[in-house]
Amino acid sequence: MWNSKRLILAHFWFAFAGFGGALLLGAWQMFIRSPLASWISDPEWYYRSVTAHGTTMAYVFPTLVAMGFGYFVTEQSLKRPMIGLHWAWIGWVLAVIGTIMAIVPVALGRASVLYTFYPPMVGNAFYYIGFVLVVVGSWIWVALMSANLYRWKRDNPGAPLPFPMFATVAGSYLWGWTAVGAALEVLFQIIPVALGWRDTIDPGLARVFFSWTLHAIVYFWLIPAYIAYYTIVPRAIGGRLFSDTMGRISFALFLIVAMPIGIHHTFEDPQVGAGFKYLHSVFTAIVTVPTLLTIFTICASVEIAGRLRGGKGALGWLTALPWRNPAMLGIALSFVMLGFGGAGGIINMSYQLDATIHNTQWITGHFHLIFGGAIVIMYFVIAYDVWPHLTGRALDCWGLMRAQLWLWFIGMIVLTFPWHWVGILGMPRRMAFYDYGNPELAAEALPVIMSVIGGAILVVSGVLLLVVLLRGQFAPRAEPETYRFSVAVRPPRTVPAALNGLGLWLGLMIALTIVNYGFPIVHAIATPGTAVPAIMVGGRR
Amino acid sequence: MSEERVASLHNRWFTASIGITISVALVGFVVGFLWLPLAQPGERFRGVWDAICSAAGLLHKSSSSEQIITASYSTTRVEVIPRMFDGSNAVSIGRGATLALRCTMCHGARGLSDANSPNLAGQYPIAIYKQLADFKTGARISAVMAPLVADLSDADMRDLAAYYAYLPRLTNSDVTNPPRIVANGAPLRGIAPCGACHGEVGRKVSAAWLEGQPVAYLHNQLEAFASGARHNDIDEQMRNVARGMTPQEIEAASRYYAEHP
Repeated sequence: MWNSKRLILAHFWFAFAGFGGALLLGAWQMFIRSPLASWISDPEWYYRSVTAHGTTMAYVFPTLVAMGFGYFVTEQSLKRPMIGLHWAWIGWVLAVIGTIMAIVPVALGRASVLYTFYPPMVGNAFYYIGFVLVVVGSWIWVALMSANLYRWKRDNPGAPLPFPMFATVAGSYLWGWTAVGAALEVLFQIIPVALGWRDTIDPGLARVFFSWTLHAIVYFWLIPAYIAYYTIVPRAIGGRLFSDTMGRISFALFLIVAMPIGIHHTFEDPQVGAGFKYLHSVFTAIVTVPTLLTIFTICASVEIAGRLRGGKGALGWLTALPWRNPAMLGIALSFVMLGFGGAGGIINMSYQLDATIHNTQWITGHFHLIFGGAIVIMYFVIAYDVWPHLTGRALDCWGLMRAQLWLWFIGMIVLTFPWHWVGILGMPRRMAFYDYGNPELAAEALPVIMSVIGGAILVVSGVLLLVVLLRGQFAPRAEPETYRFSVAVRPPRTVPAALNGLGLWLGLMIALTIVNYGFPIVHAIATPGTAVPAIMVGGRR
Repeated sequence: MSEERVASLHNRWFTASIGITISVALVGFVVGFLWLPLAQPGERFRGVWDAICSAAGLLHKSSSSEQIITASYSTTRVEVIPRMFDGSNAVSIGRGATLALRCTMCHGARGLSDANSPNLAGQYPIAIYKQLADFKTGARISAVMAPLVADLSDADMRDLAAYYAYLPRLTNSDVTNPPRIVANGAPLRGIAPCGACHGEVGRKVSAAWLEGQPVAYLHNQLEAFASGARHNDIDEQMRNVARGMTPQEIEAASRYYAEHP
């Protein structure tokens, strides 16, 4: 009956293979600019590596995981074959071709633009065209998620839409809409310059467009992890989801408030008015609401599991939890990282506090802790959970899985805590070298060395991950049990229409985007004299 | 079982979610566009509308009293864009070759000479054009060059630039490690690597090709930038760099580029 296992495995393998390569680059970057290595004479190599690391980790890896997991959720939660399997393969092929097309110019040093599309730096056109292909591939996924949802609703009028599907489609809509910002920037501003049709570019407008994508993309990365919190973990640890409705409200809120907040990335930019910066700051603060709702719901669900397992008293349920289960371990470690990373994020979104850490290593530390830590560790949990169902083979090396998750957690903490610290000391991000011999920088030497060690631990964990997945791929055949998602304490018999579809939330998302971005974009377009000569990266020397 | 309508004023989810969203946006607007701008000390708005416009990012008139600083000397009037010489053709190069006959005394018959004047062979056309134009307007001062460029038209200067760009450069296969100031700059003093604009690492429009230039020329120009005697660099880019360089770094950079064609 299930016809998409190879498709989903192809997505996961491509994602994790890219992840493995990019992880090595990341560790090399940590080492080469630390006091342990002498300065590289050509910083271009460093920026080339950062571009490849960022492009793979930010655009390819999470997109492919979200797509693969989305297809999995579609079939398993709707309990019927997915429609549009051929289209899904086309999407995958486009993503693969796009990735290769983007990475080749990066490897040749023709697109060392640091993976954020910030003009006036402009790289080789193939880099951007490759990015567009990846996005187009992922838009096919968005369309398929939507089509499957509506076909199911048509066939099951009035029935409650399974929550995993509701959440997955919410994530796909968020991505479909947030990718529009970068797509506009790349198609109408950057590619014409990269192809030589134009000489000048408006960096202010480009940064506003990119901020449209830049923040909500983080929530797109986050949504598979949140889906795992709600729909995998409670079942995997033998508990129940505390509230189905709370989950739906959280994802609906993500859809609304993840979008109109990106201008907090341009707090230090002159082309955006202070009023809009404040408005975006307010909505960024509201993003804490769905996250806090989620933490409450999931903690309650985990407590249910602890009590079902015989835990008593105020804290006794904690010791009764199945800590040796990778899903339990993964979510606990993820929550710790989410807590620290989230606290750092609240600092980033505050206009005044941001000024002290803007463009420092604090930022790098922050998004590695949130994305690389809290979110990616849940990608591992997802992979471990769905692997036997995709391969039809047993995956039972529990010790290796636990070691991998622990090492990822320890590595990420050792990597990012010193990063935050040196950021407060004022260490700028995105520089190929630092003169630690200078008394003003000497204090940063030791924390940077600690970060290098953290990076090395992460590489070990990454190797373990691939070992586990490969073992699962080549283990003896074993028919897995029927896949199940978490069941709520009170499974919904009816769901309010507003929470049984996404129309209302989609409408609010688009309306708020127009309110919060409309004027800054129109103003940037209408202001004359803002274009500057583009700087072609990797051009003639 | 029929589903209730979502887009209806009778649907509590619909009215509540839109109501809350509008309320949050309105409160954010009032605080961000009215209260905070008007509460800023030192801002003198002519009214509420002026404050709103300012918060929206429009330039408000009260800031027009700020003095616009202009240089007391002649600055460059050349606007450089990357592809301004893409159209150079053989006719232009031929005309440039004829015009260049008057340059040979100092710059050599093929754009190379031992006279400690810059070698122009293979120089970027934008760099040559900009310097010629700056000599003509007085943005760059030279008693020697000023009378020679006085009667050159814009087309003449473009032809000269195209001709010298067309000539082959000095080449040397010796690979030597660049000094730190060239490869890495001095980040703590805000000095980018020389190579970031002048080759090795990257190239910026209007930055000159420095390899193989006479050491005395490079040395003099850096000191002239540092003292402000030369001031035709756009936005003081080179003056800011040269002022922060130590005499040893000036020496090392000049020597490296001179010996490294």
